[in-house]
Formats: sequence, structure tokens, C-alpha cells
Amino acid sequence: MKYLLMIYSDEHAFEAMSEDERHEVYAAYDELMKDLAANGHMLGGDELAPTSTATTVQVRAGERLVTDGPFAETKEQLGGYFLIDVDDLDAAIDIAARIPSVQSGSIEVRPIAE
Amino acid sequence: MTTVAEVVDQAYRDDTGRAVATLIRVTRDFDLAEEAWQEACEQALRTWPQRGVPRDPTAWLFTAARNRAIDRLRRERVGREKTAAALQIAELEAMGDDMHEIPDDRLRLLFTCCHPSLALDARVALTLRTVAGLTTREIARAFLVPEPTLGQRLTRAKRKIRDAGIPYAVPPREALPDRLDGVRAVVYLVFNEGYEATEGELIRTDLCAEAVRLARLLDHLIPDEPESRGLLALLLLQHARRSARTDADGDLVTLEDQDRSRWDHELIDEGLALVDASPAEGPYQLQAAIAACHDRAPRPEDTDWPGIASLYDELEHIRPSPVVALNRAVAVAMADGPDAGLRLLDPLANDLDRYHHFHAARADLLRRAGRGTEAADAYDRALALVGNDAERRYLERRRAALIT
Repeated sequence: MKYLLMIYSDEHAFEAMSEDERHEVYAAYDELMKDLAANGHMLGGDELAPTSTATTVQVRAGERLVTDGPFAETKEQLGGYFLIDVDDLDAAIDIAARIPSVQSGSIEVRPIAE
Repeated sequence: MTTVAEVVDQAYRDDTGRAVATLIRVTRDFDLAEEAWQEACEQALRTWPQRGVPRDPTAWLFTAARNRAIDRLRRERVGREKTAAALQIAELEAMGDDMHEIPDDRLRLLFTCCHPSLALDARVALTLRTVAGLTTREIARAFLVPEPTLGQRLTRAKRKIRDAGIPYAVPPREALPDRLDGVRAVVYLVFNEGYEATEGELIRTDLCAEAVRLARLLDHLIPDEPESRGLLALLLLQHARRSARTDADGDLVTLEDQDRSRWDHELIDEGLALVDASPAEGPYQLQAAIAACHDRAPRPEDTDWPGIASLYDELEHIRPSPVVALNRAVAVAMADGPDAGLRLLDPLANDLDRYHHFHAARADLLRRAGRGTEAADAYDRALALVGNDAERRYLERRRAALIT
């Protein structure tokens, strides 16, 4: 089954990190992604630019409404995603638990609708 | 003379979990498995009165259920599903009549029903429905929710199992301790809902009995797991007091006032043997050891209160919680006098202000300390928060008996 792992974390905390600390996080991500690719589980994944770069678009009654930023001010923001292919939810949970950001943020595991 | 209905009823109670667990493993379809087993039991009720009860009722029922499942797979699976269905049919046909020769699939069923990605109320409902074989109506009654609401809860849970890819498997070794704890939590919750219902009548013995059965099953399926054994011991030792816990009017009788000759000594002996066989280390084991202190005492005044206080002390150490601290305070009060208990209760007031047991315990200690007016205030506070009829009547009686 395919699952989207959505990585939510506090982007301000990440920005506040030192160069070295950030380097460490990226290295941990690299290692995990290499491992998943080697096992054939990885379908894709990316880091997103911070929410300060986000735009929200709506069309209501034919009218286009374009605003800055995401809707709600929340403590954790969507900062990246993994798209994986594994046997079942438990396997997806195991991978989610290995994503470096899980230590401070949270990962939402969602199956791709069949 | 046992009637056909009784034989079917007994087989249903004993074999539902095992039969349904295997049918789900093969067909990956909860509804199909449950309905096939249900229909087999209905078929037995129709045909056995004329043809007589078969020599091995379970084998007959399981074979009938397999045939119903095969029929439905043939009829209902279309298009792409046909290939998988053909393999499932072959597996069902190859099974012998003796269900007990097939490996027991109940453990996977239990883990799937108690998966942490299901809502807690769904885990409870699903476990009672599929593992314990209770009907939707029985579960709805036990939890005081309308039957359609409970039906929806079950439907949603089964859909999530399918759509989210919740596996039908025993978790791998590294996940096992956590997941096993999750299963125990569901069993304990079922027991507690029966033992101290949050609304309406006080005790629903049926629910407690189901929880004991589930605890026994878990201990049987994964033997020598200290905390599962602790849970079983705890439930046995508490369930043993069921007949003495309420009086003829359904009112609560406290441990102190219970007629101990009405305790179920067979269950107590079984529970005590489990407690005595291993050291109390985990939370369920410690709670079982505490229950054992009560059940061992022939009279209330024989209770080993210092022993209970020190067990609560250990429990608070590994699982700190205000409720454990409250129980410890009560035990200390019984061992060292009400003032010692009250000193431990005061710091809990903030955390437990909305918890009626806190105010009821405080009221009782104030009463014992001869501080009647304050005790009355505390009873009023408890009465304002209590949700259960029998406990309300009990608190009202205690408040009325105060000498102020």
C-alpha cells in the first residue's frame, strides 16, 4: 500500500538551529532516504520551503481569492513529506517513527486512496 | 436435559472468537466472517431440533460457516477480486472439520481490534463484538449508546482497518511490548466500565465477566507475560467481590461493610495463586497485590493497611498519577490515622477537584477525624460531581449519618 507521511514540525525552532545542528538533521534525513530507496519503499519525498512562502488560493462563485500564508496559525507546520510503498500500516508507522523530525514534531500517516 | 438452543448458545460463547478469527484471516473480511458464523448458528437452531445435535457441534458449526463463506465469496467477488477469492475458497475447502487443529488466529484478531490507530471506543466495541462475540445490541446496552450509533462505530472501525491497511498480524518483537500494553488497556477498560459504570446502575457483571474471559484469553495466547498475568489476577480478585458489592436495593456496599462470606472464594484462590507466583513489579501486578491484601483479610480489621500503603507507594513511583496518590493517602489514613491521610490529600486538591472520589475520600477522613461540618461540605462537593445512581445514594446516606 502507498502512504503519504506528512511531516509537521515547528519551523521557527528549525530556523533557530545552528548551522551544525541543521547539518546533522539533514544528514539523518539523507541516511533514512537512502535506506528506504535501497529497500524499494521510497516513491518520493521533499522538504517544503517555509510557510512564509505559502499562498492560499480559493475560487468562490467564480471569483478567485488569493491570500498569503496558510489558513490557521498552528504550532506545527507541514514541512515536508515522504511517499512510500509498504505492506501495511504497521510498516508505515515504523518508517514514520524513524523520520528525524518525529523527535520534536509529528508525522501524519495517510494511506493513498485506492 | 440441555436444549438445542443451550448447546448452540454454549458453542457460540466458546467458539465465536476462534471461528471468526480464522475466517477473517482467510477472507480479510470482518463482515463476511461474522455473518457466515452467525448464519451457521442460525442454521443449527433450525435443523438440529429435527436431525438431532451432532456429535461435535463445534465442528458442524465451523464447517457450516466455512460453506457459507465459500458461497458468498463465489457470489459476491467480481472482476479483479475473483483471483484472490479463488485462493481463499481453496484454503477454506482444504481445512479439516476440526477447528482446533487449525492454528489459533485470535491473537492477531485481538491485536488488530486493539490497534492504536483506531479510536479507543472503537477498539473496545470491536474487541467485544469480534473476539468476545457480543451482539451489537448487547454492547450498545452495556455502554448506554443507541444501537445505531454503536453499529456505525463498528462499521467505521472495520472500514478503517481495510482502508488504512491495519495488518491482521501479531506485531513484530520491537513493537510488541507497547501493543500488548494497548490490548491490556482495552481489557481493563471493559472491566472498569462494568465494575464502576459511569452512569446509571453501578455494576454490569456481564461486562466484568467478559473482561475476565478476555484477560484469561490473553494470558493463554501469550503465556508467562508478567503484566498480562497481573491483569488477570487483578480482575479475578476484584470480580470475586461482585455479589457483595451491592445490597438488595442495588446500593453500593463498601469493602468495609461487605459480607465477605459472599465473596467468590474460588476466584480469590485462583487470583491469589497468580499473585503469589511472581513478584509484583509492573502496574497491573502491583494493583493485583493490593487487591490480594483486601481479599486475604477475613475481616476488615485484618487488612494489611501498611502493606497496601507501601504497594501504592511503589505504584506511584512507576506510574505517578493523582488518583494513585489519592489511594495511597487513604491507605496511609487507615494505617496511621485520618490526620496522616488528610495531610497527603491536601496537595491533590488542585488536580482532583472535579473527581468525586477525591471529595468522597476526603469527606470520609474528615468524618473519622471528627470534623463533621467540613465532612458535610466535602460530601456536598462529591454529590455534585457523582454520575452513578448507586454511588449517589451511598454518599447521601453517609452525609445524612454525619453528626454535625
